[in-house]
Amino acid sequence: MKLITHNMLTSKCLKGVMTGYPLAINATDVKITEVDFNPEFITRVIPKLDWEVLWHAANSIGHSEGLPKSIEPKFEENEDFLKKAHKILLEVEIEEGHLTCPESGRQFPISKGIPNMLLTEAEVQ
Amino acid sequence: MSKRPEHQAPPEVFYNEDEARKYTQNSRIIDIQAQMTERCLELLLLPEDIPCLLLDLGCGSGLSGSVLEENGHMWIGLDISPSMLDVALERETEGDLVLADMGEGIPFKAGCFDGAISVSALQWLFNADKKSHRPVKRLYTFFSTLYASLSRSARAVFQFYPENESQLELLTTQAMKAGFYGGVVIDYPNSAKAKKFFLVLMTGGSGPLPKALGADEVEDNIQVKYARREAAKAARGKPLKNTKAWLLEKKERRRKQGKETKPDTKYTGRKRSGRF
Ligand SMILES: C[S@@+](CC[C@H](N)C(=O)[O-])C[C@H]1O[C@@H](n2cnc3c(N)ncnc32)[C@H](O)[C@@H]1O
Repeated sequence: MKLITHNMLTSKCLKGVMTGYPLAINATDVKITEVDFNPEFITRVIPKLDWEVLWHAANSIGHSEGLPKSIEPKFEENEDFLKKAHKILLEVEIEEGHLTCPESGRQFPISKGIPNMLLTEAEVQ
Repeated sequence: MSKRPEHQAPPEVFYNEDEARKYTQNSRIIDIQAQMTERCLELLLLPEDIPCLLLDLGCGSGLSGSVLEENGHMWIGLDISPSMLDVALERETEGDLVLADMGEGIPFKAGCFDGAISVSALQWLFNADKKSHRPVKRLYTFFSTLYASLSRSARAVFQFYPENESQLELLTTQAMKAGFYGGVVIDYPNSAKAKKFFLVLMTGGSGPLPKALGADEVEDNIQVKYARREAAKAARGKPLKNTKAWLLEKKERRRKQGKETKPDTKYTGRKRSGRF
């Protein structure tokens, strides 16, 4: 699971959960895969992100070094910033571990890089 | 026994390791899925030459996702079958994958995606695979959470295999209830082989439904028959209840029966409240 996905993923489908965001990350295996840098895509996606959540997610898996704590003004012209965003959003991947719902404490396992968000019949709204 | 996969077993059982591999290696399937994904993209009307973030619903082994990549987009895929997702991993697709049942809702926060596509998956939602499954409720949960996850003016386009007309009505009714507008576009309606159904859902603005391929003009009315409640009812020859046409017809009937009826004026059947 990439951090771009984590930045958007919630556990709000759980019965009784309101926002289910952000999910806490517990990672036992993190890998880096190289992805082509596409500044246009990164520029477009940044306004949709919760940057604070991104920074804390990166920090919780030991990848916050050098990552700005907030979006820099005029980031569209700042290639260094865009590259850092690119790396943390698309190249860092959580392979094994689990996510935890902030409201219910329900854990969602991540295995082979895929978070399992399937609910039990009793958990469905 | 029916040949439809969704009649045979729940999706996560039908698409087991064996089936997932067979499916993804079949060159005929690869071609068809690619073609239908291209058409979904076309119907999505994304801004030209801009890399977008798309959601692929029932992404399977990533045959549809590969086409999104070729077109320069990043995608996040959601599927209920672990075996299909395993094959997607083997194929090293660029999309990020989530194991989830779309009938339980789309687990993303508001306004994330520039658009959503779904190729050959939606018909599975008509199933009741568990005791607790109620298809109507699952469809509504699905559409309403999908609506929330899309950015404003984004579209969702589904290629799917409906079994009958009532499924089309059920789909459009639940989608409209969830806030979407749009309808079903039928490409090549006169060809048994090439005929394809696309549910095109829009979140904002008020564009007309896109034109179907391979349909002549007379047929156009039929193409978008599900686009609006009005059109669907009109096709059956009766005016839609509570519209001006319906009121006028009703008053005419009363007059013929000799009942006391107010004269028709320019106020007859006028809307009193805001627009739909
Ligand atoms: C015919 S495959 C299509 C896969 C891919 N879109 C393609 O074009 O090759 C249908 C997929 O829908 C998935 N599916 C069926 N029901 C689903 C559900 N309720 N939630 C998520 N995925 C589902 C199946 O697991 C399967 O991978």
